[in-house]
Amino acid sequence: MGHPPPASSDGPAIVVTDLRMSYGAKAVLTGLDLEIESGGVTALLGPNGAGKTTTIEILEGFRGRSDGDVKVLGVDPARGDEAWRARLGVVLQEWRDNGKWKVRDIVAHFADYYRPYTEPWGAEELLDMVGLTAQAGQRVQTLSGGQRRRLDVALGIIGRPALLFLDEPTTGFDPHARREFHELIHRLTDLDGTTILLTTHDLDEAEKLAERILILAGGRIIADGSPDQLARAAATTAEVKWIQDGQLQIHATEDATDFVRKLLATDDGKVTELEIHRASLEDAYLELVAQFEAGEAAAAVDTFKEVTR
Amino acid sequence: MSVNTLHEYRTGWKRALIQTKISLTSPGDLMGFLMPTGIAIIVLLFMQKADFEGAPVSLGSMNMPSLIGMNVVFGGITAMVGSLAMDRTNGTLLRAKSMPGGMTGYLVGNLVSTAMFICVTVVMLLAVGLPLFDGLEFGTPDRWLLFVAVLLMGLIAALPIGAVIGALLDNPRNMGLVMLPIMGLIAISGIFYPITALPGWLQGVGQVFPIYWMGLGMRHALLPESMAAVEIGGEWRTVTMFAVLALWAVVSMALAPRLLRRMSRRESGSTVAARRADMQRDW
Repeated sequence: MGHPPPASSDGPAIVVTDLRMSYGAKAVLTGLDLEIESGGVTALLGPNGAGKTTTIEILEGFRGRSDGDVKVLGVDPARGDEAWRARLGVVLQEWRDNGKWKVRDIVAHFADYYRPYTEPWGAEELLDMVGLTAQAGQRVQTLSGGQRRRLDVALGIIGRPALLFLDEPTTGFDPHARREFHELIHRLTDLDGTTILLTTHDLDEAEKLAERILILAGGRIIADGSPDQLARAAATTAEVKWIQDGQLQIHATEDATDFVRKLLATDDGKVTELEIHRASLEDAYLELVAQFEAGEAAAAVDTFKEVTR
Repeated sequence: MSVNTLHEYRTGWKRALIQTKISLTSPGDLMGFLMPTGIAIIVLLFMQKADFEGAPVSLGSMNMPSLIGMNVVFGGITAMVGSLAMDRTNGTLLRAKSMPGGMTGYLVGNLVSTAMFICVTVVMLLAVGLPLFDGLEFGTPDRWLLFVAVLLMGLIAALPIGAVIGALLDNPRNMGLVMLPIMGLIAISGIFYPITALPGWLQGVGQVFPIYWMGLGMRHALLPESMAAVEIGGEWRTVTMFAVLALWAVVSMALAPRLLRRMSRRESGSTVAARRADMQRDW
């Protein structure tokens, strides 16, 4: 069977301009702009109720939108056809489908759907990659939560998608299952050309998995950058601590580098145990979430913007 | 039909085979058929001692074919409604939507596997009914042909009706609301007692719906010719029977794709989650 080449493999994987979504009178997205290049892992981070799932469902083509332009792999998701669908992988928050099927059967059968469009993964090869070879003969409903999610990932990537969506992939996991899952995602990033967009409300997870973090709150993206960039932006004031003449000294400064340069230039070697502590991204993010949950969404967004600008 | 559509139908066919195998090896699915049907057959066995106005075969033997006809319609509708409700709650439908051609594959798979499951139950009913009940006639090819024709017609009518109801039923908890009226219809469809014993207006109501006509068709296929005397108008009304079933099939087949598309369009991760949360609140 001949496979037609993908419609447009160049260009960004996702382009969103001024996306708006309201449920009745309640505006969930209020002008979201977003561009994601092909390749790499991007995390859409935000407090619960910020509109992450709405955004990702619009991108997946599962939900209509009120206004704005959206292109996913060069196609408007509202008009995506089966060939477009074949280039996407979707892993939802919780999936309990086809519980009575055997793991091997479901993988082998689902691969069939992609055959007109691509050469899908072989069942054994794929189960090996997600670490479910030993469970291949089991019924799906007998899998543990972590195993089930790994099966969902396997089914998500079965058609070698150009773009994979992971919606809150580790919600409800114990630390061990979480770690195993993160290792699986790292393995996926080694696959050629798969762009991954994941949503999470957990900053730690976003920092571990993503090269780029987009923070969604108040219906729009309020911060955008690598974990490192965001961390540095969040840490506007630094606390410098040192010991001089047996005394602990503390100084808060906007420009720690400059302060320390001057300090060391004139100390005659007396400064010891120098420490620079920056306010972490975590501090800034936790404050955002706290304000958001207290119903002060607008204030939360403003403070965070100020901090990360 | 494009090559890809053909591929989707073929994949749906494969899904049907796997699904049927699972149904036939799942105690839950099988018991859902065996328990009520077993009870019905035991009741019919007692009815073998009763006659209806001097008819040549016992009431039990008369009702055995009716039971097969009812099983096709009732079983077909229940299975379709039940699977659509279940598959919306557990995300099977959404999964299908997330794959290229997945929805077509799912629907073909679901229709065909339900049809296969019903056919297996019909064969089981025949295998039990023919030796147990006196007076059933199934020895000649014309009988087989009529039986198969009525069975197919019944499936073609019942499955799309089930799909329509299933697509309209947004909340699986309302399944009882749908099943109760259908059970009421069984009571006025001449399945466990000849319809002619009912008042005229109830006979009229019963004859609007496919359960009566499937019972009639199966009696025609399996009972001696002389038994036609018991039926309305003293005849089998073969043409009318096929026509009414065909009408139901055409109407529901016209409605089903539109309603299923609407149902599919509405599926998303959050609708599945909301439905599940709703179910859990009740447990």
